[in-house]
Order: sequence, then C-alpha cells, then structure tokens
Amino acid sequence: MPIITYREALNHALREEMTRDERVLIFGEDVVAYGGAYGVTSGLVNDFGDKRVMDTPIAEGGIGGAAVGAAMGGLRPVAELMTINFALLASDAIINHAAKVLHMFGGQMSVPVVFRMTGGGGAQLASTHSQSLEVLFAHVPGLKVVTPATPADAKGLLKSAIRDNNPVLFIEHALLYRVRGEVPEGEYLIPLGQAEVKREGKDITLVAYSRMALVALEAADRLSQEGIEAEVVDLKTLRPLDMETVLTSVRKTNRAVTVEETWRTYGIGAEIASRIQEEAFDYLDAPIHRVAGVEVPLPYAKNLEQAAIPDAGRVVEAVKQLFVRTGV
Amino acid sequence: MEASTVAKIAGPGLDKKTLLNFLHQMLLIRKFEDKSGELYARGKIAGFLHLYNGQEASAVGAISTLAEHDLLITHYRDHGYAIARGLDLNRCMAELLGKATGIVKGHGGSMHFFDVSLGMLGGWAIVAGHLPLAVGLGLASNYLGKQQVVLCVFGDGATNNGYFHEALNMAKLWKVPVVFLCENNLYGMGTAVHRASATLEMSRKAAPHGIPAQRVDGMDVLAVREATTKAVEHARRGDGPFFLEVLTYRFRGHSMADPILYRDKAEVEEWKQRDPIVIFRQRLEKEGLLSPQEMEQIERETDELVVEAVRFAEESPDPPLTDLYKDIYADP
Repeated sequence: MPIITYREALNHALREEMTRDERVLIFGEDVVAYGGAYGVTSGLVNDFGDKRVMDTPIAEGGIGGAAVGAAMGGLRPVAELMTINFALLASDAIINHAAKVLHMFGGQMSVPVVFRMTGGGGAQLASTHSQSLEVLFAHVPGLKVVTPATPADAKGLLKSAIRDNNPVLFIEHALLYRVRGEVPEGEYLIPLGQAEVKREGKDITLVAYSRMALVALEAADRLSQEGIEAEVVDLKTLRPLDMETVLTSVRKTNRAVTVEETWRTYGIGAEIASRIQEEAFDYLDAPIHRVAGVEVPLPYAKNLEQAAIPDAGRVVEAVKQLFVRTGV
Repeated sequence: MEASTVAKIAGPGLDKKTLLNFLHQMLLIRKFEDKSGELYARGKIAGFLHLYNGQEASAVGAISTLAEHDLLITHYRDHGYAIARGLDLNRCMAELLGKATGIVKGHGGSMHFFDVSLGMLGGWAIVAGHLPLAVGLGLASNYLGKQQVVLCVFGDGATNNGYFHEALNMAKLWKVPVVFLCENNLYGMGTAVHRASATLEMSRKAAPHGIPAQRVDGMDVLAVREATTKAVEHARRGDGPFFLEVLTYRFRGHSMADPILYRDKAEVEEWKQRDPIVIFRQRLEKEGLLSPQEMEQIERETDELVVEAVRFAEESPDPPLTDLYKDIYADP
C-alpha cells in the first residue's frame, strides 16, 4: 500500500468522489487557487474546473446556508469552512437548519452536505484558532460528526461522508495533515459510526479520537514497556457513537481511561464514562478516568499551550494512577 | 366576451378566471387565518402563530408568476405563501393542530409548512437564516441546468441581519436565479422599521450588491404580480438575482401572543382602508368582472374549504408516539 499524508488522503477522497458523482462540488474559503488553507483541495480546480471548485467570500453564514440550500436543490456539496472556530458563524445553517430539515419537514427531504473544517490546537495559534469544539456539534441530533486520526481513516471516512444522505461535520486535525500512513488504493470506504480497536490489549481500554488516538497509541507503547497492555479504541465518529466497540473492550479489560483534546467538563469523556457506567458497571474494576484538555482558552506561548493539551505522558500517568489506586 | 373586458384591468395573460382566482385565493388565506386565530384563542392551536392578514396581495401576486418547477422559500409567516402555492389546505390546518396528517406530520407547526412536491421548501423560523439557503438553491438550479427560479420571501427585519448581506453578495457573485422578495410591513416584531433600519427603503439595500431592485405597492395584487413577473423573467433569463420590496401591512399582531402595544389604532385603521381584498374586489366590480352572484359563490367556496379543513384536522389522529424517533437520520 502506498504511504501518503493525511492531507493527500483527503485530496484523493475528494478527487475520487468528484469523479464518481457529478453532483459533488466543493465551495469554500480559498479552495481554488490557494488550494485550501491546509492544502487539501490543491489542484482539484485543474481537473474539475471552476464550476465544481468554487471560492466563496469569507462569509461562513453564507457558505453554510448556501451548502444546505445546494443540497436541498439536488447537489452533494462539500463546503470548506477552513476551521471549526469559523464554523461557529455557520452554526445557524448547521444546527438550526441542516440538522432539522429531515425531521421538521416531516421526512420529505434530507440534506446530503459535508462541512469540512480543521479542529484542534497545538500550532501556537492562540485561543480563537485552537479549539476542539466537536462536542458542540456532536450534541445535536440530526448531525453526524467525524474525526479521523490517520490518513487511511481520513480517506475512507471522507468518501463515506460524501455519500451519506445526512449533514456531516468532517473535522480534520491541524497537526495531522503532514502525518503519513498506508492508504489503500482505489475504492474503499469506512462506515460512519463505527469505532475501531487500533491496538489490542488486556489490561485497560483507552478511548480516544482524532489526534488523541495517536497519543493514546503512543501511551500504550510506553505502558507496554512497563507491563501494562492497553487496548486503544479510536471512536472515529462521535455521532453516531459506536458504544458497542467501547463496551466490548471494557468488558474484556475491566478498566477505561478516556483521552480527548476538548475541555473535560461536558466533554466526550464524560459521555463515554457515563455510558460505560450505565451499561458495563459490573465489569469495572476501577473508576473511569478522563484525560482532557485543561479548562482554559488555549494560550499562544509554546510551553503554556503544551501544558494545556494532553500528551502521552499524561495518559501514562493517568493509567498508572488507576492501577496504583486499585492495588493491582 | 371576456377578452374585451379584461384589457382595462391588466395586461396579457390575465383573463377573468385568473382574476377571480386571485380574489378567491386572497379570501381563502384571510379566512384560513381568521379561523386559525380563533382556534388559537380556543387553545386548539399552540406555539407561535403568525397570521398573514393584510399581506395577502403579496403572496397571491408573487406566487402567480412562478412556474410549476420553480422553488419557493419563505419565513415563519408562511401560511399565505403555502396556500397561494396550492398546499393542501386540510393538511395545513392539521399541521396547526399538530396532527399526524399535518403537512409535515405535526413536526413543524405553523412556522414550518413544507411540500417538496410543490417546490415549497419552507417555512423557516430563524430570521434571515434562510436567505443563504436560497442562494444554494439557486446555485443548484444553475449547476443542474434546471432553470428554476427561487422566490425567497422575508420581512423588513431580516434586512438588518448579516445573513441578508452575505446572501445578496454571494447571489450576485454567483449570478443565481433568486428573486429576493422583502415584505416591508413596517414592523420587525414590535420594532418599527425606522427604529431598526438606518434606511427606510429596503430596496436600497440591494444597491451595494449591484442587484436591481424595485418597490411595489403590496396592497395591490396586480402591482405585485406585475413587478414579480419582471423579476422572475430577469432571473429566468440568467441575469442573476432581483430584489423586490413589497410595501404592505399586517393587520394583526406579530403573533397571537402579541398584545400590540407599540402602534396606534389609528394607524391600523388607516391601513385597513387599503385592505387588499376589499380594494381588489371593488376594482373587479367596477370593471364589471365580478357580479354579486360570483362574489357570493367565492365567499361560499372559501367558507366551505376552511370548514372542511377544520373538520379534517379535528378528526385526524395525533401522531403515533413511535413517530418521535422517526426522520432524525436518513438512510445512508
């Protein structure tokens, strides 16, 4: 299998889906000549023309609404909002409209639209450009929220997102674009709403997604050297949430730690921990711990930013504490 | 012979049957709204209920210019547009009563009428939020070569919102076939237009975006029709968006929950002198196009339709509880 970057994998997914279905078009901020703020749409205009790859003004409300309208009009738009921080300006179209059309209008019409955006911190961009706001959108029934961690997942999930008949938020991570990995060639899809055991283990389950899935894998390697075999579950899709894979793992390992870049309060970890407690309480040998972003707006200074975002060291520490505390 | 009598009142394409149908539609909307208000007062209709009384000429005049395959997207005061577009009156009333037979199965209520088979794409309740959607619909029309014109209706209040300007700017850039129809009824909820808008002419707000615009008397169904005809032709030709400002007035409050403390009774009475239904009726009578018998027949037919709609709605079942979880996600 060829080894390509996360960015290239996304580009390939767009290219393949646009080739497959003429109703797929891309519009958004700087997607044409610039090739997208993170280079994902690079070169697409050369192959598909300016009718299918269109720049927009910096007007997220307009982009969001136009994407919903275009989907209602029979297209399958992929709208690039640049970053999740700007998606807040499009949240009327996403939350008030895209998420509601099918239900509020009595099932007459669904909205097959993909909103692509970058999320996460770690690039010293300060607090308005470093947010992990996926919880905000994952909270909303009617939306799907996808958070790929690897190039292969990025490609397979984006292809599925474009083919899905529902509004999908596709949240890429700013620090993953240059990450390389094996990606199958040609047609392959990864279903939305399916988590994956990315590393098998018997002692504890680490539940993570997006870049934190890679952090969890790194932590698992380190833990292994100390005799603890962690199983790593990558959620991949936050809504719909695949709890079965998480529960199956926890029933095997009897312990869980969640790892997320978002703030802890009301976060993904809170949801996962609660669901494990509801459905697998009898299997637990220890409380569920949460490793999460520090509850502050992200600072610019490198040392402060690093202190705010979870890393493998913090995950290892949390796991070890759990074992010490429960006397294993 | 009909043709000779028609020439005085309007241009080509307006025969007596069409004119009487306009009166019929306006009256039907008025009666539907009056009955809805009554049912609301009796507790049979809940939620927000924004009645359209006084603005009937706008919906009937504008919708009459659309082709069957054109699209319509409106704001929350949507009953008039829905009825003028031909949505099933029984199912509209059933929606207001929250019944399973409602036009959107009781999921949307008054503000969210929708019928994809008639190109009526809502009923949207966030002020100005649907304007960018109209741009997307127009984009799809151009992209797919469908030559669908999109009629996008909103109130004067929406023109002060950022979405309005984002939508107009993108509409012009993308040259989409959207007719932006602003119903200026002088109040955004309870705030008079001069307290909310730095300019009192909504049509001037199209100018910065290079979109041609026109103001029209919204109490005159034929004036609205004439202006919308031009606007629709402009869009259909591929010349891009057009902006219409329809000057009108709502006779009742913003919604049924509105105690109307913010405007003079004298002002309301003054506007009621210009009731679009009365004016049009008098005009038809004067031109010899409407006999007392014909008027009586229109009255009777519209009464019967509303009575039947209420009967249908009241006899319809509530949505089954199993509906609660339906239509959240479409099959992949």
